[in-house]
Amino acid sequence: MNDNNRNTPLRSRPSSGELLTFGAVSAVLLVSLAIAPAKNYFSDWRHYQKAYLKLATDRQAGTLARNFHVGLRQTWIPKLGVVDRCESCHVNQSGVLVGASEQPFRKHPPIPHTADQFGCVLCHRGQGAASSLSESHYTTEAWEQPLLPARYLSSSCGQCHLGTLAGAPRLNEGRHLLSSMGCVHCHLVTQPDGNVMKADDNPPPLTHIAEKTTREWIFAWIKNPQAYAASATMPNFQLNDQNAGDIAAFLMAQSTQSAAVRNVSLPGSSTPPSAADATAAATLYGSSFCSSCHAVQNAAGNLVGGDFGPELTRIGSKVNPEWLNRWLKDPAQYQPTTRMSHYRFDEKQIALLSGFLMNKKDDDLLANVHLPPADAESIARGKKLVTESGCAACHQINGIATPQNFAPDLSRVGSRALSQIVFLPEMKHDLPDYITAKIRDPRSFGAALKMPKPNLTDGQVTSLTTALLAQTDRASGLPHELLLPAESKPSYHPGGKAGKLMDDLRCLSCHSISGSGGDMAPDLTHEGSAVQRGWLEDFMKNPNTLRPALIRRMPKFNLTPDEIKTLSDYMLVAYQAPGLDSEMLHPSDLGPDAAARGKQLFYSKYGCQACHIVDYKADKGYIGPALASAGNRLTPEWMFRWLKNPNALRAGTLMPNLNLQDEDARDLTAFLTTLKAKQNGATK
Amino acid sequence: MKLAHGLFFCALLLAGCSRDSSSRSRPVAKAYGAQIIEVSGSKQTVDTGNKFPQALVVQVNGAGGNGVEGALVSFHGEGLAFDPAEVLTDSSGQASTSVQPGFSPGDYQVIAETPKKSGGNASLTLREIALGYQATLGKEVNDKHCIRCHDPESTPERVSNFDNLSPAPHPFSDGATYNRISDADLVNIITHGGQAVGKSPLSPAFGGTLTPAEVKAVVAWIRAIADPPYQTSGVKYAK
Repeated sequence: MNDNNRNTPLRSRPSSGELLTFGAVSAVLLVSLAIAPAKNYFSDWRHYQKAYLKLATDRQAGTLARNFHVGLRQTWIPKLGVVDRCESCHVNQSGVLVGASEQPFRKHPPIPHTADQFGCVLCHRGQGAASSLSESHYTTEAWEQPLLPARYLSSSCGQCHLGTLAGAPRLNEGRHLLSSMGCVHCHLVTQPDGNVMKADDNPPPLTHIAEKTTREWIFAWIKNPQAYAASATMPNFQLNDQNAGDIAAFLMAQSTQSAAVRNVSLPGSSTPPSAADATAAATLYGSSFCSSCHAVQNAAGNLVGGDFGPELTRIGSKVNPEWLNRWLKDPAQYQPTTRMSHYRFDEKQIALLSGFLMNKKDDDLLANVHLPPADAESIARGKKLVTESGCAACHQINGIATPQNFAPDLSRVGSRALSQIVFLPEMKHDLPDYITAKIRDPRSFGAALKMPKPNLTDGQVTSLTTALLAQTDRASGLPHELLLPAESKPSYHPGGKAGKLMDDLRCLSCHSISGSGGDMAPDLTHEGSAVQRGWLEDFMKNPNTLRPALIRRMPKFNLTPDEIKTLSDYMLVAYQAPGLDSEMLHPSDLGPDAAARGKQLFYSKYGCQACHIVDYKADKGYIGPALASAGNRLTPEWMFRWLKNPNALRAGTLMPNLNLQDEDARDLTAFLTTLKAKQNGATK
Repeated sequence: MKLAHGLFFCALLLAGCSRDSSSRSRPVAKAYGAQIIEVSGSKQTVDTGNKFPQALVVQVNGAGGNGVEGALVSFHGEGLAFDPAEVLTDSSGQASTSVQPGFSPGDYQVIAETPKKSGGNASLTLREIALGYQATLGKEVNDKHCIRCHDPESTPERVSNFDNLSPAPHPFSDGATYNRISDADLVNIITHGGQAVGKSPLSPAFGGTLTPAEVKAVVAWIRAIADPPYQTSGVKYAK
């Protein structure tokens, strides 16, 4: 055996079959080794970089081409978790190659940030670490989030900018809608800094609804709120007749007596209104500036008036005349949370206004509403429906607690996994389209869903989607120092007797004081420094027009002399601007010479007449308040300080800061103090 | 690479074709016009990516100058999406579509075409404007501080001061005037007021009120809406 072994060589020559196998395996190995370099060689980014080099060479940008290094580029920002390779193809972000107008070589449009700060995907989304066109731009199996369509782009700003952001109107409008349409009554939206968004739509309590309206009206309203008022923010719950009838029955049944019935006496029997009364009523409606807050549809179908209070086009088909009388007399008695001022109307005025408003009706609205009498069963069914539909999330209702977390939490909706979403057939599988479809018609995703259909335009839907897409996982994980929280509104409340009066008049519905209140009328934070007592008292007695072009004006509240004195005393003491005293100006600063120089400056150097009227015959400036009687209205110290820096005294004012020298400001003040015309301002 | 590229585009093309064929069938022209004119909807502005607020309406006229019903109008333009892209004119000869720009801010060109009976097309080129961040910010500043004097249009909510001023201000869309002024000069006028550069003192200095970024944004807005268009802005397309 051993001999045999010795004669045969240790390795035989390979057979041809073995050689073939070996060759084939080697070839496969070689090819497989070549795959990676080949993939790299044929990669999208290399293709685009070559095209870019060719473009640069064609345009004789030789230096640019010579200094260009072919290779994958990456922005890495560990703090933000950003790994972006977008610039591997988008090589001309900074625009060094001028005039390259085709993607991927177009210059990035100017924005306040650079790619070094935040990378690309923080704003544009998509898969930053991918190095191929399709993987980075579109959805893949391993990556759900494609590039964000341009119309939602400002949602990305909203990840850090949690409040109003200049230059991002969609985001701002969307966030405003979340509050003003009342979305956040049901949905929890917590911002990355922990701020929970609050609603500001002020839905009326329904605890005394039976005093205000009828079961038929409630039925018609909840069936289709926009049929009653085109501008109604109440969404459509798409109820059938049976359910709407039951809910109306329950709401009438739960209603209790309001304080208004106990405390507000009705005017005596009034004579039927005459033709003269109709004119007087329209005049009173106008002079009370009801339209500053309430809109009415005109003959052309356009809404005329403000949107601060409910639309009044068909108010006569809704309210009970007795309720209206009591409401006009003292609204807070019926609804303590109302934003409406307590006008001091006399009985004649109430009768006029009430008659005027009751005439605004639409007989078709309730013509076909015939409800069977409400029985206990119907009321019980109504109560169940009201509870299930979440009515109490917005409205206060007797016997029903405000539901907590009634609808899904939307705090992270901008990162919702597509695998968790049930798409409709033929719907594009991406998040923005899903959110848009859901807002537009929630019940299309299932008739049993509870979410009602909001009354929104296409643009508003885009804006809301934008605001919701800002609520991402990434935003919640951002370093806290990057977050710019929404401006918190301090809760200022005027105190004492005057405070009570200002509360009663709801001054803060329109005016803002120390950061609290509305933005319809001028800020009063420093009003005590600005105006003279005589003017202030006259103005409150009979508010007249300061800004000729303004249609929203201060209404006449019919205040008593005592009330006016209380308010003036308080405002002149409490609402002082710091560091403003009479020492700033010496009487000799304001002499006739200074006034003459001031007049010259006013008309020639600074062109103030572009916006202000001093002489009603000659000047036409319609933008700012008329100054014809500024000398009776304003204090000289205020004028001086205001001229020097208006924005410091009233943030956001339209008056530009003209960077005046002290002497110019003094001379202008001297001129303004001489303006004491009687047709406007003080009527002494 | 060329091959791969070619294949990629073929695939794209196929995908595009298949999508087209699966969607609704193309309308067929029932009548032919001689001329196509604009009714309304060009030179609108919108923050980029959003549909322009008003529909774009064109009218097809016959040789006599009257509207032709049933003429086929097709809209196209690089970087733009139309809904619908092809439509038949109504009884007054009008066809309307909604226009949506792509990713990039800047000018977009809409081409509206209708086939003529004699062969060939009557076409019309219109302009729409998509605003980027800077121009959007500029528009906001404009709406607060500038528009009352620089926009002759008056509404009950915003009474225009345009007609009350002498010399009259230039509307910001007045490209013939503004295109001749450099960016730096515009920044100076806004910052230091009209008088500082030998213009009307009625235009106040905004340097103490607006930030430099806001002033630049107003310039961007003026450039964006310039009519005729600002030269160096060029025509930009989205891909």
